[in-house]
Amino acid sequence: MTASMSQCLMQMVQTDYAISDYQSEIAPRWCSGCGDTAILTAMQRLCRDEQLPPEKTVSVSGIGCASRLPHYMNAYGFHGIHGRALPIAEGIKIRRPDLHVFVTMGDGDCCSIGAAHWLHAIRYNMNMTVLLHDNNVYGLTKKQASPTSPHGMKSNTTPFGATLNPLNPLTVTLGVSNVSFVAQAVDWIPDLLYQILRQAYHHKGLSFIRILQRCPNFMEHRFDDWVRDPSKMRILTHGDGLRLAPDLSRVYKNQETHDPLNMERALALAALEGEIPVGILYRNPNVPCYDELRAGERPNTPALVETVLNEEFDKVGIWPDGAAAQVGE
Amino acid sequence: MTLNGKQHQAETAMLSRQVDGPGGAAPQGRTAEILQEHIVEVVSDSGEGAQRCGQSLAAIAARSGMGIWTVEIIPAEIQPPHRSVAGASGNRVRMAAHRVTNVGDEADLVVAFNEQVLLSRLHAGEVKPGATIILENMWTHDPNPEIARAYAKVRDEVRAAGYRLFEVPMEAECQKSVPDPRRGKNMFVLGMLCAIYSLDAELARAQVRFVFAKKDQKIVDANIELLDAGRAWAEANLDLRYQIPAPPVTEPQVVMNGNAALALGVVASGMEVCAMYPITPATSASHYLSSVFEKVGCVVHQAEDEIAAATFAIGASYAGKCAVTITSGPGLSLKQEAIGLAVMAEIPLVVIDVQRGGPSTGLPTKVEQGDMMAAIFGGHGDAPKVVMAASSIEDCFYSVITARKIAETFNMVVVILSDAALATAQQPYPRPKFNADWLAPPVNQSAVPEDARPYDWDERTGIATRFIPGQPNGMHCLTGLAHDRDSHVAYDPEINEEGLLNRSRKLAALQTTLRLAPVFGDEEGELLLIGWGSTRGAIEEAVKRLRADGHRVSSLHLKFLQPMASGIDEVMRRFDKVMTIENNWNDPKDDPLIGGDNRRYSHLAMLLRSRWLVDVDCWGKARGQPLKPAAIVDAALAKLGKA
Repeated sequence: MTASMSQCLMQMVQTDYAISDYQSEIAPRWCSGCGDTAILTAMQRLCRDEQLPPEKTVSVSGIGCASRLPHYMNAYGFHGIHGRALPIAEGIKIRRPDLHVFVTMGDGDCCSIGAAHWLHAIRYNMNMTVLLHDNNVYGLTKKQASPTSPHGMKSNTTPFGATLNPLNPLTVTLGVSNVSFVAQAVDWIPDLLYQILRQAYHHKGLSFIRILQRCPNFMEHRFDDWVRDPSKMRILTHGDGLRLAPDLSRVYKNQETHDPLNMERALALAALEGEIPVGILYRNPNVPCYDELRAGERPNTPALVETVLNEEFDKVGIWPDGAAAQVGE
Repeated sequence: MTLNGKQHQAETAMLSRQVDGPGGAAPQGRTAEILQEHIVEVVSDSGEGAQRCGQSLAAIAARSGMGIWTVEIIPAEIQPPHRSVAGASGNRVRMAAHRVTNVGDEADLVVAFNEQVLLSRLHAGEVKPGATIILENMWTHDPNPEIARAYAKVRDEVRAAGYRLFEVPMEAECQKSVPDPRRGKNMFVLGMLCAIYSLDAELARAQVRFVFAKKDQKIVDANIELLDAGRAWAEANLDLRYQIPAPPVTEPQVVMNGNAALALGVVASGMEVCAMYPITPATSASHYLSSVFEKVGCVVHQAEDEIAAATFAIGASYAGKCAVTITSGPGLSLKQEAIGLAVMAEIPLVVIDVQRGGPSTGLPTKVEQGDMMAAIFGGHGDAPKVVMAASSIEDCFYSVITARKIAETFNMVVVILSDAALATAQQPYPRPKFNADWLAPPVNQSAVPEDARPYDWDERTGIATRFIPGQPNGMHCLTGLAHDRDSHVAYDPEINEEGLLNRSRKLAALQTTLRLAPVFGDEEGELLLIGWGSTRGAIEEAVKRLRADGHRVSSLHLKFLQPMASGIDEVMRRFDKVMTIENNWNDPKDDPLIGGDNRRYSHLAMLLRSRWLVDVDCWGKARGQPLKPAAIVDAALAKLGKA
């Protein structure tokens, strides 16, 4: 066998990843019927279809039910602290453009304790795919109202009903400068979830997907109206956007051709009452990315460090002959 | 080491050079009084340039071979009201014929642009009795009679109090050269000071050219004219002529403040990412780093908050690029949860805390050594991390290099404590010679052996090899939850304790490599002073003075606060009494409510007492000011019962 042939074969071996190559040895411990499972499956399918090397894939999360996801992926995972998944992911990406970075957060993680990071991450627009698992409730801490809980929702901290209107993660995200990709998916239409995730992965910049996700334990009937009545789901399509398989198209007839560069319409769709839009609300591939703007122009070599240090020392140097190389303060 | 002050004087006198040349000759036959050292303060309203004047004086003095130490006098507000006591802005310069390691005691000479800023220094007790005061006298003729009266009142009081006052028509003299003397008076004053201290005229002009290097030639010329005018005026009119005979510089030096040294230390350490959030007095380190870091392909990320700065740095470190986050006390508090994550997940991280007065917002621009306990024990749970303190400007530079190495060798968090005193003080130190070993090795991307586990703790050291994203076969999910050797979440009691033990063991392994600094002074005696951080220079100067007066006092300065080097116990037991000297709070013993059961000790004293069961006393101040050698001398004498 020639060297080039064996190389070619090795490459084939290395890149022939199956779904199981992205499944860790730990079985998911989410509740039966939890929407997180559908999201994990979509992630693993994406990795397989894109043949992402597991060692080059990093899944970052905060704290909460959703944030267990990295444990179930056979990839590098970073199960961090509550609310801080985004800055951790930014740090990972800033000097490692070779890594594929996915961020998983719950609604408490993203929209409450980590809200500052959410806004700024959108503004930084670094190359990563961000999944907001939004089940409208705190699950891991056993049913407290979250910032996305509907008004009047009874929970352990709101026994008489949530007093405030929920925060809308879509309109908030769309309102941040440098926003470049905003989509919405639901766990009960896995094919569209997968398609949206794949579009997000291919987007240059930060792609933000809010995924409405059912919590069978604490919010059992939250999305029943929409699950049972497909006409309340508005599917957004466009030329190179989602493709509805014929059987899905027959069920989800409420479709809209939406130009993802149309911010005005995107905001209107994001604010829809009664209907849940599914698809890409906004996409702009021409927004600058912080990781690219801040990429080092020169590699950090010992010779370069020595040169630059000496330049700085010269500015403040005193020499034995009493003079300064350059007089400095 | 020379502990005898008189002997040191004799040495430096022998090394002194004759002052000659156009700028150096004593005027009109006056001979310069030879001094071993002098402390000069230049104060003005904010924006009048006293800081630049003081810094330039220090730079010229340093180039002349003198030892210098400068301290900024900073108002709390960006634009405080004019002519106000609270608005005093400027610089203190301690110049000496020998190396200077601290701010010194009270000022010998003060130049004030108005009488109110002078008052602020007098009220603060920063001016020596009988000191020389050079005061702008334009206020005598101020059209506002209240201002003229206020000026006259202070002038008369100052004179009556025995200060040696010189009223100088700075404004009027500057007007002969420039139409708006408010901008430029500082260079006139610099010229006067160069004349007073017999500093080389050409060196001074070169300094002015450097300061205005980015400005129009006309501005440079105007400022040099003012500089020369100030010199000429002082030579003709002031009966003040000093010379501080400095030995010639024998090896290349660099002059900078502690924050610049920290920033260059970051560059030299091979770290590539600094994530920070603006906070006084740490920010200037990041400012300077921002201007240099990109030249070596690295990045300073100004995060959205302190927590993001810490977690961003953790992310970068996790991905193989050991990172640093620079902050001050309130920021350290905010970062504590993230620091705990780095401890738990064993991610290397360097945290620099430029301490200021606390708690809460406290004294943002002023010094305090108040964060030691927060650095060591601040987070929840058992979170062993390394805490070291920089004791000089030079030490700021090298501490960062050491910290990065320890962080990556042990996969630990290393906190470097500096403070506002070091941050803004300038001092010359030997120019570092670059060493490629300072830098970090390239990111490991080699395949991980099939049977290797992400937390395969070494039995002797507790260290586990860290797998970095990109390494084939190394995939695992890092977590802040309790975990086993596979990084799997584990709530099992044995596994939890295994993790605790190994994280703690790393600290012990590091501890066995530490060496205690030598005792300053004799190895035994009546009183041992122990300090840490920026107080080193002041403590050692105090010890020198005490020993020169025959007192059996020595000092020990700790670089590592967690873990501490072996041998401290043995040193302490060779002295009759042990007392820490710290720039932080401790309860006064003479307070009616305070006694043995409730007295709160300074940080280091508490630690030394608890570890070695030695009755360590403490003396400290939390006035927001650097400790002065004279105050430490008094405290030591009191402890010896000789006050």
